[in-house]
Amino acid sequence: MAGIIVLEDVSKRFPGVAANDHVDLSIRPGEVHVLLGENGAGKSTLIDMLSGVQQPDGGRILIDGKATLIASPKQALALGIGTVFQHSMLVPTLTVAENLLLGAPWWQRPRKAELKARLAAISQGLGIKIDSEARAADLSLGEQQQVEILRALLRKSRVLILDESTSMLTPKGIEELGALMRKLADQGLAVIFITHKLKEAVAFGDRITVLKLGRKVGEITSDALRSRSEQAIIAEIVEMMFGRRSSDPDSLRRAARSLPMGTPLLEVRGIALPVGSGHHGLKSISFEVRPGEILGIAGIDGNGQKQLAEVLAGQRKAAGGSIRLGGIELTSLSQGERRALGLRYLTDDRLGEGTVGAFPVATNFFLKIIGSEPLWKHGIEQRGLIETRAAALVQQYDVRTPSVHTPVGRLSGGNIQKLIIARELADGARVVIFNKPTHGLDLANTLATRDRIRSIAEQGLAVVLISTDLEELLALAGRIAVMSGGAITGIVDNGEAAYNTIGRLMIGLAA
Amino acid sequence: MSGLFTEVFLSALLFGAITAAVPLLLAGLGEQISEKAGVLNIGIEGMMIAGAYVGFLGAYLSGSLWLGFLTGGLTGCAVAAVMVLLCVRLGLNQIVIGIGLTLGCEGLTALAHHFQFSRTYPRLDAADVTLIPGLSAIPILGPGLFKHHLIVYLAGALVIVMSLIYRHTQLGLNLQAAGDKPAALDVAGVDVIRTRTIAVLAAGGLAGTGGAYLANIGAGLFVPFITNGAGFLGIVLAMLARGRPIWVLAGAVLFGVCLSLTTAMQVAGLNVPTDIINMLPFASVMLMLVLFGRRASLPAALGLPYQRGAR
Amino acid sequence: MILERIGLTLGPIAVALVIAGIILIAAGVDPLAYYAYVVQRGLFSWIGLQQTLTRMAPLLFVAAGLIIAFRAGMWNLGTDGQFLLGAVTAAAAAPFLVELIPVWLAVLASMVLATLVAAAWSLLPALLRAYQGVNEIITTLMMTFLGTSFANVLVKLVFLDPATTVPQTRTLSVENRLPRLFGTTITSGLLFGLVAVVIVHLIMTRTAFGLKLRVTGANPRAALHAGLSVPSLTLAVFALSAGLAGLAGAIDILGVYGNVRADWNPAYGMAVIPVVFLARMNGYAAIAFVFLFSVLSIGGESAARRLGVPQDFTLVFVAVTLIVLALAEYIAQRLTAAREA
Repeated sequence: MAGIIVLEDVSKRFPGVAANDHVDLSIRPGEVHVLLGENGAGKSTLIDMLSGVQQPDGGRILIDGKATLIASPKQALALGIGTVFQHSMLVPTLTVAENLLLGAPWWQRPRKAELKARLAAISQGLGIKIDSEARAADLSLGEQQQVEILRALLRKSRVLILDESTSMLTPKGIEELGALMRKLADQGLAVIFITHKLKEAVAFGDRITVLKLGRKVGEITSDALRSRSEQAIIAEIVEMMFGRRSSDPDSLRRAARSLPMGTPLLEVRGIALPVGSGHHGLKSISFEVRPGEILGIAGIDGNGQKQLAEVLAGQRKAAGGSIRLGGIELTSLSQGERRALGLRYLTDDRLGEGTVGAFPVATNFFLKIIGSEPLWKHGIEQRGLIETRAAALVQQYDVRTPSVHTPVGRLSGGNIQKLIIARELADGARVVIFNKPTHGLDLANTLATRDRIRSIAEQGLAVVLISTDLEELLALAGRIAVMSGGAITGIVDNGEAAYNTIGRLMIGLAA
Repeated sequence: MSGLFTEVFLSALLFGAITAAVPLLLAGLGEQISEKAGVLNIGIEGMMIAGAYVGFLGAYLSGSLWLGFLTGGLTGCAVAAVMVLLCVRLGLNQIVIGIGLTLGCEGLTALAHHFQFSRTYPRLDAADVTLIPGLSAIPILGPGLFKHHLIVYLAGALVIVMSLIYRHTQLGLNLQAAGDKPAALDVAGVDVIRTRTIAVLAAGGLAGTGGAYLANIGAGLFVPFITNGAGFLGIVLAMLARGRPIWVLAGAVLFGVCLSLTTAMQVAGLNVPTDIINMLPFASVMLMLVLFGRRASLPAALGLPYQRGAR
Repeated sequence: MILERIGLTLGPIAVALVIAGIILIAAGVDPLAYYAYVVQRGLFSWIGLQQTLTRMAPLLFVAAGLIIAFRAGMWNLGTDGQFLLGAVTAAAAAPFLVELIPVWLAVLASMVLATLVAAAWSLLPALLRAYQGVNEIITTLMMTFLGTSFANVLVKLVFLDPATTVPQTRTLSVENRLPRLFGTTITSGLLFGLVAVVIVHLIMTRTAFGLKLRVTGANPRAALHAGLSVPSLTLAVFALSAGLAGLAGAIDILGVYGNVRADWNPAYGMAVIPVVFLARMNGYAAIAFVFLFSVLSIGGESAARRLGVPQDFTLVFVAVTLIVLALAEYIAQRLTAAREA
């Protein structure tokens, strides 16, 4: 059967970001087509191009067999392509009904009655119940997603794109979404389901395309999915996704099985944080990390990992609990004092909060110690010394920059990450918290970063490694704590059974 | 004190308050549209004074106040079009451009006035008033509220119209979405740039009309810098009204009463310093901010240019 | 890099001169004659130059205050109110204090008082911004309207000089004012102003405090991540910015006018804002632009009397320059981006 949408040799380039590299794809009606890949595999860019947010640099997109330029979201909608983006695309201050009505001609009165009738008809068939007068901001993330799916259906979409739709959902919500996709496909829709989770891909997909670093590395057809066992399919996908492992021994090397002994360097007891805007809060988080140990923290994005890191670093105030570093209580200390004691935090938002893009490389190296001796003497900048130190760090950490005067924003993601690593490891680091350190990096920089993490642990530092990439955690960490809904649901020793156990804990099931 | 509460005094006070409030109301409603859509329009003072000058010119040359309002409104739109080009289309800093436009319009109108009217200082005849049948006969309130030029009632009606637009039209939804989450509006298939363009042009049109009213009816003539911060007051009103046109009206009337009180008291021969009365509205607004500041909410994307797919 | 910056500044000024010239032609004035007259009066005549340099004094202080605020990402649009309150404070304090303490001490104390009063006037917007997140544009604008009226109340009711019929404060006699420079009519306030701008520039570019402010202005989230205390930095920025505006008022009164008349408001603040933008918040560039602006003001005032072109033309020129410059920066950025892609 011919596809509604066919991508031929589509490419998209961004400066320094892995995007899409000669991708071919065929989307058919009545099928759930899974696009599977890690962070940075180019899934989101592909979606942006199908929904009119971006346009390809090379290749072409055929719709119903005709080459078509999807120039705007409006045109995508007109072509029957509805998208549910990874981040909610509802206006928080409007009601559900008002959100669904956006897009009608501007002079019209919103046709609420007509909308409600259509909404009732559609949602009944799918078993969705939403109060159309509720404000979008008051809905749960799962409900918001259902509203966005309804929006696509109200627009009579032939193609429904769901981008990382399960990352914010509870296990029950994920199951319901799977059932919903099945129903929609059975009604004749083409569903594109983007995920980085293997199990979901196999459970929900009629066809799976595997993307890696912007390239399509394999496709599993519906025949293959039906005829083979789940395990065999997963093994094949793993081969596609992590195929480079065989040629790259570094990423294969597992963490030492014997856990480091000795007294814990970092002890976290009962950290709590009330639920806030956009996060679940933290519920009695406790763990400890010994010198030389890498403690992994796994979990679906947005389950409190960032809040935990910020509480540890002192950037956010906890409501209760204790944090001790080498026996010293940190809770009443400022960020700077914690840093001076050797506690370091590398944010995942490298340009948003980690650096000041317009400022030179040299300044960004010392952003967290502004005013301290000897780089500042009585508060006065020692420019020569700062530049010498910066140049040394550039050399030592292999930061590729034209000069130390170059604005950081001009560097690639990998080099910005190197700069941040250099900044946080300098001058007596003892405990280092990494938050998604390889997120958005290309393969070379990813491997270099992982090597760096491994080597600092070998030097005897205690490392907390927050990552949404399970493979990364399994490759580096000795023990892996799993976070779900702001709590640690279990701490697992890295080993043969770890993958499955962690997978269950991540979605809130007991190990 | 006997002169203070006479009928004549009170109705004059009311009449003056309404006259002073109308330009603020129009500027505030205009700024509100712009801010709702996410554009902080600091240039509104410039749009107002440009409207005041050209509006006066139009009325003076044609002899028709209505043509004055029309030319004033269009001039406000024309200045707003510059803002649209620079801030909405090209994404330049809204504060820098807004201040530039305000200063430029102040200077240009002062220059133009100088070369055309500095010797003559022409005045317009007092505006025709439209009596609202029945209501205008009420003592005090009648002459104060219901003996104004027709445009005053239209400005009042605009408050209701804007409320209806915000609450009951697609345009209203589009405006709010453009200010609160432009990306959501964009993926819903509505052009964010076009929505903001309409909003800023409307703001310019209303501010220009307000300026024309200020010159043609409020003063009866144009003098340089006649707006004297009225546009900035409009910004303040719009920010405090939190998206509700009725609160712009309330604020405009509060300011209007204070402004009118100063002249009325002088007429009544009372020696209360005008400056103290001038301070009242600002002081009360600051007090409100101190008390309710935390709850003052502005559109999330206010002041931020929108670019599709920007990462 | 520096050459490019200079080109990016002088180019737009040249374009603005042409556009403003077209406006003059439309008004029936020969632009070349006008420009020549302005430069002649504001720069090349000795009297004019002295006036120009004297005018620079308060403008430099206001510019110094605005540089601090804008670099820290805080839009203090209330400098006019802060200026006037500083001026009134100095005008009230100085004639009173000279009768009690040595003149130099009285003048100094008046300056300090003016600074403190203006800084205090900014406390409310600062607190609201630091702890409640209330937009400072609206609050500083409100406070400037409030301050203008309050300054008038003070002049007319509290510090009124009973000896004159015009409502104004008591006058500081000429011999007690800030000294003039080397037998000219140039106020020594000019030197203070130059020093203030240079110090502010050095603080912003060479010290830890200045860097903290710049980080806060360029990326507030990075400031929080780096552990900076943003609320207390905010209070400091407002106090310094407003304090310098108040000091500008004091300098103008103690150096030039000697008293404050009712309803006096030179509105330096609104005029200096675009000047600081033009200088890209760089102190040395700000000195150059303040000088240019003063030449235009003083020359423009003469031209108003002689050629009949109102001094408002200066405003038009500044506004046109500002807009052309913003456009030029946009185009330059686009070109750079295109070159890199």
